[in-house]
Amino acid sequence: RGWRSAFEGAATALVLLASLVTALGPALVHYVPLSVLRLVVGGLLLVFGLQWLRKAVLRAAGLKAKHDEDAIFAREVEALSQSPVGKKRDSTGFVVAFKGVFLEGLEVVVIVLTLGVASHNLGLAAAAAGAAVAVVGVVGLIVARQLSAVPENTLKMGVGLMLVSFGTFWSGEGVGVRWPGSDLAIPVLVAFYGIVTWALVVTVRRALAPTGAGGMAWSEPGAPAAEPMGEPMGEVRG
Amino acid sequence: MADPSSAPVGPSRPLALRLLIAFGYFWWEFLIGDTPELFMGGVAAVGVVAALCIDHRVRMAVGFLFPVLVATLLTSSVWMAVRKGR
Repeated sequence: RGWRSAFEGAATALVLLASLVTALGPALVHYVPLSVLRLVVGGLLLVFGLQWLRKAVLRAAGLKAKHDEDAIFAREVEALSQSPVGKKRDSTGFVVAFKGVFLEGLEVVVIVLTLGVASHNLGLAAAAAGAAVAVVGVVGLIVARQLSAVPENTLKMGVGLMLVSFGTFWSGEGVGVRWPGSDLAIPVLVAFYGIVTWALVVTVRRALAPTGAGGMAWSEPGAPAAEPMGEPMGEVRG
Repeated sequence: MADPSSAPVGPSRPLALRLLIAFGYFWWEFLIGDTPELFMGGVAAVGVVAALCIDHRVRMAVGFLFPVLVATLLTSSVWMAVRKGR
C-alpha cells in the first residue's frame, strides 16, 4: 500500500504515546500519594500479568492453540491488499499503521508509567523502554531468523511472571504489607510463581492426557490446531 | 490488545458518546476481557490483604499469605478453563 502513509501513521502514534507519558507521568508523581499509586499500578500489573500467565499456561499445557504469527501476518496482508489504495495519502494504510503502533505501544506506556511512577523514577523507566526498543530493533535485524525460533509462549510466560510478581509486590506495599527482605522479596516471588506455573502446566497436561491427543483442545479463530498431548514439555523446561 | 474500533457503538450516536463508549470498552477488555474472575479475584485478594494489614503485628506474615492467594486465584482460573474445554 506504500510506505509513506504507514510511516506517517506510525510516527503520529509514537508522538501521541510520548505525549501521554510526558503529560501523565509527572502529574501522577506530584499529585497522587505514593501508596495509592503503588496500590493502583500494582493492581493493574497483577491483573494484566495474571491474564498473560493464564493464557501462557493454557497454551503450554496444550489446551489453547499457540499463535501462528506468520499465518496471521499473511492473512492481514491479503485483506489489506484487496482494498483500494489512495493516490496521495492512503487513509487505510495510515489508520492501520497508527492503530497497530498506538495499541501495542500503549502496553509499553502502561508498563513504563506503572514502573516509573511506583519507583518514583519515570525518566529511568522511559529510558529503559527506549533502550529496549532500540536493542530489540538492532538484535532483530541481526538475528531475525534465529529469533523466530524462540518460543513465543515462553517469552509471554516470562513476561507474565514478572508482571504478576511486581504487581503483587507493589500492590502489597500500597496496602501496607511489610515484605520480608524488602526488595529481595521480588525474585522470591518470581521463583514462587514460576514453580506454581510449572506445576499447573504439568498437572493440566496430565489431566488432559487420558482423553486422547488434542481431544480437549480448542483453537482461537484462524489459529492452527493445538499440539498433541504427547509433546515433551520443551517450553516449560526451557 | 483490545481494539476500541471494534466496540459495539452505533453510527447514529454523537461522536463524544461514541468515543466515551469506545474508551470504556477498551478498559473493559483490557482489565476484564474473557476472564472476569481474575479481575474480581485480584481485587478481593488485595482487599483481604488490606484488611489484615490494619493490624500492624501481622503485616510481615501477610507477605507470605498474599502470594498464596494470588497463586490460588491463578489455579482456579486455569481449572475453570480446563472444565470449559471439556
